[in-house]
Amino acid sequence: MNLLTFKGGIHPKEEKFYTQDKVIREMPRPTKVVIPLRQHIGAPCEIKVAKGDEVKIGQVVGSSPTYVCANIHASISGKVVDIASMPHPTLGHCLCVVIESALEDKWVEVEHHRDWEHLTNEKLRTIIKEAGIVGLGGATFPTHVKLSPPEDKPIDTVILNGAECEPYLTSDQRIMMERAKDIAQGLKIIMKILSAKAAFIAGEINKPSALSLMAKAIKGEKDIEVMPLETKYPQGSEKQLIKAVLNREVPSGKLPLDVGVVVQNVGTALAIMEAVVLGKPLIDRTVTVTGLAIKEPQNLRVRIGTLFQDVIDACGGFDKEPGKIIMGGPMMGIAQKSTDVPVIKGTSGILVLPKKEVNLSHPRDCIRCGRCIEICPMRLMPNMLGILVERARWEEAKTYHLLDCIECGSCGYACPSNRSLVHFIKLGKFKISKK
Amino acid sequence: MDKLVVSTSAHIKDIESIPRIMWGVNLALLPTLIGAVYFFGVYALWIVLSSVVSAVITEAVVQKFILKRPVTVSDGSAVTCGILLAFSIPPAVPLWLPAVGSFVAMAIAKQCFGGLGWNVFNPAMIGRAFLLISWPIEMTTWTLPLNGMTGASPLGILKKDGLEKVIEFFGDRGIMYTDLFIGNIRGSLGETSCVLLLLGAIYLLYKRYISWHIPVSFLGTVAGLSWIIGGDPLFAILSGGCILGAFFIATDMVTSPVTKTGQLIFGAGIGALVVLIRAKAGYPEGVCYAVLLMNTLTPLIDRWIKPKPYGVVKK
Repeated sequence: MNLLTFKGGIHPKEEKFYTQDKVIREMPRPTKVVIPLRQHIGAPCEIKVAKGDEVKIGQVVGSSPTYVCANIHASISGKVVDIASMPHPTLGHCLCVVIESALEDKWVEVEHHRDWEHLTNEKLRTIIKEAGIVGLGGATFPTHVKLSPPEDKPIDTVILNGAECEPYLTSDQRIMMERAKDIAQGLKIIMKILSAKAAFIAGEINKPSALSLMAKAIKGEKDIEVMPLETKYPQGSEKQLIKAVLNREVPSGKLPLDVGVVVQNVGTALAIMEAVVLGKPLIDRTVTVTGLAIKEPQNLRVRIGTLFQDVIDACGGFDKEPGKIIMGGPMMGIAQKSTDVPVIKGTSGILVLPKKEVNLSHPRDCIRCGRCIEICPMRLMPNMLGILVERARWEEAKTYHLLDCIECGSCGYACPSNRSLVHFIKLGKFKISKK
Repeated sequence: MDKLVVSTSAHIKDIESIPRIMWGVNLALLPTLIGAVYFFGVYALWIVLSSVVSAVITEAVVQKFILKRPVTVSDGSAVTCGILLAFSIPPAVPLWLPAVGSFVAMAIAKQCFGGLGWNVFNPAMIGRAFLLISWPIEMTTWTLPLNGMTGASPLGILKKDGLEKVIEFFGDRGIMYTDLFIGNIRGSLGETSCVLLLLGAIYLLYKRYISWHIPVSFLGTVAGLSWIIGGDPLFAILSGGCILGAFFIATDMVTSPVTKTGQLIFGAGIGALVVLIRAKAGYPEGVCYAVLLMNTLTPLIDRWIKPKPYGVVKK
């Protein structure tokens, strides 16, 4: 079968066998959560509670009048015991609200909208904004912004991203298998808001049952189609996905909406459905806890703010001495220096590699083999970007399209000289942004 | 839990590395080495050893005592260079000759430019060119396989007397092709046996350590241009250093272009220069100089030929 895909890419070992057959389990209520006030791209939230306050689940603890921002809610009921700068999985440190759990779950009053078809698009966007929904694939861009394209840029197609191309991760696969109908409903809400005529649910062919269950859930819907894709990394990257499904290229420096497309992760669609239909804000998410060093790898429904250590303990703890703890997948995830960091909205997985799986070999000089160029999904020249950044030749690096890099990590994976190409590229982008 | 490793993504790595690639190339050269010992006697082995030992020692000494850098001879690239140099010189040279060649290749062509990855020219070919200029008699004394009689190589006969005489030398055209293919001809140590070289080349292609682009454009250009100027295309690619050069020397990653399109241009350029040198220059064979000349163009080709990035529109 000739499956749709993009040019370039790599085939790392999938490693999904650890968790792909495990039903999502609700993680027991933690005794404490640490909720950072920055979990999204955009303005940080202002604090809305004070030390000593009693809070209920779903209560807003942080919000901002800024448009590009997402509300943050309490994920357990209990008492605010501290508001302080604490370790954060992507920012180093960040202002956090620490809540100690009461003995039972108490919810704030929520608004159901089972008849959402009758709501105005403005109302739907407001519900999504109030619920604090962000892109759950890992990008954490506020969803209400993505669902408000400018009037002169109509959206004709929505792509629901179920590719989950990162090795190890299975949370999207599991929600597609267990919540197919809810995801489909979330997609329909998205389509209504955008007035989109067509939608595709795209996933890699390595999860056939998830795709067939999604197909079943949309049976009879003429404008929605399930689109199986070749299993290849980074198939789930927004730009590569649009290329594969629609054969459109997002122009350099532009957004998918410039080519009439909005891409949403399947997890985001589920969160939208829960927010609109059930009135539930984004207080938890599915996290794949996996890796050879985890005793019982599994997919867990985890409350935002739960510390990594508590999540790992809920999976039986460490089986082997951990060498690297990664938030996210092994290709784009962020290595952590401790387990004292909380699960945030963008935490799709917690991957623990044992010592022997950690790559510690030294980098060598580039031997110009050209593998990185062959596999780069953005068709860049990572070899040149690495060399130019090493020599601080920022302007020249820009002419080699440094800023177009999506940091997928394929080049570093394929490099026989073991060069940290993504490291160089991130450094280059940082330096250029400071100038 | 004491220390966690923190580094930028990606956190996994495929299995390929410089040592794996270089030792893979060395393995691919093994059948030809065995063939060389069969055709030219155990002395062939001594030539290869002299070249390899000199290359390894030179690189180690230069890195440790002059550059004061980590010694990287275990990556296999010095061994590869030593073997390739030995393969490109005649089978009856005195043993000091390949040692001198490898010294020049490693010290001047490779380490002076910054070591593996930075050299502009193919080190083995620089070593060979140095030897050819310095000791032209030794470097052009060809012996017959399995017999040792000295005389002209097929390309030497072609240059002096034309194709008719070459065919006469072998008996008929069919025997000529067979002998060229098997390696039963006068020539450099490791360039004569096309069949054994191709065996190694198939392995390299299968392992994706080389791609088809340079060999195909190189050999295709040699065959095509030879036919146009009235030569025998098959004879042209089977004789001299074409097969060795196309699959093992021109494909050197460091000194060839990084893009596939660039590699096609590079290979075609070498092929054209080989035909030009064979037909019009003073030498009967030109693979070595053709490769070195195209090496000089590699940086320019890499500037001209760049992939068109995703979403970038040409202005």
